[in-house]
Amino acid sequence: MSKMNMVQAINSALDIKMSQDPCVLVMGEDVGFFGGVFRCTEGLYQKHGPHRSLDMPIAEGGIIATAIGMGVNGLRPVVEIQFADYIYPAFDQIVSELARLRHRSGGEFWAPVTIRTPCGGGIRGGQTHSQSPEGIFTHVCGLKTVMPSNPYDAKGLLISAIEDDDPVLFFEPKRIYNGPFDGDHNKPSVSWANHPLGEVPEEHYSIPIGQATISQAGNDVTVLAYGTMVHVAAAAIKQSGIDAELIDLRSLVPLDLNTIANSVKKTGRCVVIHEATRTGGYGAELVAEVQEECFWHLLAPIERVTGWDTPYPHAFEWEYFPSQERIIEALQRTLENR
Amino acid sequence: MAQEFTSRLHIPKAPFRPDEEPDFSYLDIPSPESSSKPEPLIDPNAIRHMAYGLVRVLDDDHKAKGEWHPQLSADKLRFGLKKMMHVRAFDDRMFAMQRQGKLCFYLKCTGEEAVAVAQAMALDQQDMCFPTYRQQGLLFARGYPVVDMMCQCLSNSRDNLKGRQLPVLYSWKEGGFFTVSGNLATQYCQAVGWAMASAYKGEDHIAAAWVGDGSTAEADVYHALQFSSTYQAPVILNVVNNQWAISTPQSFASAGTTFAARSLGFHIPGIRVDGNDFLAVYAVTQWAAQRARNGGGPTFIELFTYRVASHSTSDNPDAYRSPKEAELWPLGDPITRLKNHLISLGEWSEEQHLALQQELKESVTADWQEALSYGSLEEGPHWPLSSMFDDVFKELPQHLQIQRQKMEHGHE
Repeated sequence: MSKMNMVQAINSALDIKMSQDPCVLVMGEDVGFFGGVFRCTEGLYQKHGPHRSLDMPIAEGGIIATAIGMGVNGLRPVVEIQFADYIYPAFDQIVSELARLRHRSGGEFWAPVTIRTPCGGGIRGGQTHSQSPEGIFTHVCGLKTVMPSNPYDAKGLLISAIEDDDPVLFFEPKRIYNGPFDGDHNKPSVSWANHPLGEVPEEHYSIPIGQATISQAGNDVTVLAYGTMVHVAAAAIKQSGIDAELIDLRSLVPLDLNTIANSVKKTGRCVVIHEATRTGGYGAELVAEVQEECFWHLLAPIERVTGWDTPYPHAFEWEYFPSQERIIEALQRTLENR
Repeated sequence: MAQEFTSRLHIPKAPFRPDEEPDFSYLDIPSPESSSKPEPLIDPNAIRHMAYGLVRVLDDDHKAKGEWHPQLSADKLRFGLKKMMHVRAFDDRMFAMQRQGKLCFYLKCTGEEAVAVAQAMALDQQDMCFPTYRQQGLLFARGYPVVDMMCQCLSNSRDNLKGRQLPVLYSWKEGGFFTVSGNLATQYCQAVGWAMASAYKGEDHIAAAWVGDGSTAEADVYHALQFSSTYQAPVILNVVNNQWAISTPQSFASAGTTFAARSLGFHIPGIRVDGNDFLAVYAVTQWAAQRARNGGGPTFIELFTYRVASHSTSDNPDAYRSPKEAELWPLGDPITRLKNHLISLGEWSEEQHLALQQELKESVTADWQEALSYGSLEEGPHWPLSSMFDDVFKELPQHLQIQRQKMEHGHE
């Protein structure tokens, strides 16, 4: 075991897979010599060679298309899209090609591509460095969509993603790369060093894609969150003193509906949280699934706490970001219905 | 009332619309002897003129001339001729079947048969092809069973794509024929990635990709040029300039110059070739393959040809272009030209040609009957309904298992 932040855990996963399998390579803008703008690929170029840690021209559509061709020819490319906000030029390649290759070819062709991309706000990134577009991709059949909330999960899930023969979108909440963040930006930042999930094995291990985890058990309300919001929700629950069960989804597609339904059937209440915009967001899907599975157990309407339906505002970042206060209000509202 | 603008916007024009008499005398068609053949590993800057020229081998008297003459055996030429004729017989049959309501859609490559057939023959069987929808000739040249092609078009119980794709969007992994997307140009830079993987693994297989003149406007084409140039990927990037993108003339994408010229800024050789000249297409492709296999990186080839048929069964070309264009096209027909060349060599005859034509017609008719015996789109049998859920992922996840169950039981 070692102390790792999320960047180091991701780097360790990449290094292990590149050491084990010559078909694994990382590629993207600035990932090679420099080691990536967030340092996730640091040292891989020097250790594994420039052909396995490929700096690439600034053309996300070209990067994903190239990765697809490599995947079809037997490699396992791990692409870094520098910011999730930059993924849209590759949308056609991801949605029309990568996601559907296996199906449209009757199972003849597939491309085991992993797309890593930092997402989310809270870093003063403005509207082009803060987005959480996971819901756009969960709507696409044929893609697996993952978002870890801590170093331990990040490493285990990334190893699973690379070993998976299906394409995986791996969203990395960049606000928690260096430490957990409870939503209070006035507090000094905290590192992963004192967090139990900052203890990461040096060696290979994997966490299956499609399994949620119960971060905190409770009886009165189920809180569904992923990524940075897991930490904000945990702090809100603590501050409110409410006996809530917090589920970290980890994987959005496939979704671990059993864990969710078992919890909501027990608590009878549910609050869904994400940082992305509200309308048509993944939260809407979660609400729909929960009410289909648990309607007769529900004691109150399901609440959603999300970003507003506006671009991520630079100056009003903390008014946009779903705060502990908004989560506490939602928890209290759902408990008022007796 | 609003005042009308005096517009200064430039709108490219079609050379000839339906009521106009085509006159292609403005096209510069050089003789075969005027093109010199460079060393395959030449610096692209030394052959920039080739992007504006036109490589030809067959002259107007059906003789093979010039430095690009590939010196193919008569057997090989007859093989190429037969494959092109087979493609045309197949296209004619399938088009007719669509008109009779047996197929929902079809798309011919009439007049462009030399492109795919000669290029497939110039590549190795292990080289990977990333075609668009008008390269059915690759499948014929590489020996894919005609019945299997028909079964794909019929979406029947023997369709290797399990009824998931429109007719003609074939896939044949074993034969190195990548699944045709239907979204234009998306496969172009994927071919570059495939070629990069080949180089990464130290193999000498190369990739080839095709787009049409119209879809050169897609960003994917520039991605392919950029990435193949940056990493010197062993790939051949082809543009089939058949003059028309459905109803839109090539001038909407050509920027007033040749398509081949587009690669020059990427330091990639751009070569323009007479796409109706089987020997010239073969020779240029062979040159590009040699360049790629020897570490010279990509080549960009513009195959200058003419789309004789409609875009597909869904459009009527008489509504947007002159019906006389095909007949007056100055570069002729690829099958007729190769046939005449073989006759001039004393290696073929009109009688043999007619006999082969008849044989191929009967062969595709018999193949069609066999294909129909495996079902059709309208009447089945198809793949089992539940197969729709297969291959979305490698393994069926829980939510798809549940949806499949709901579908099979006909209720929620």
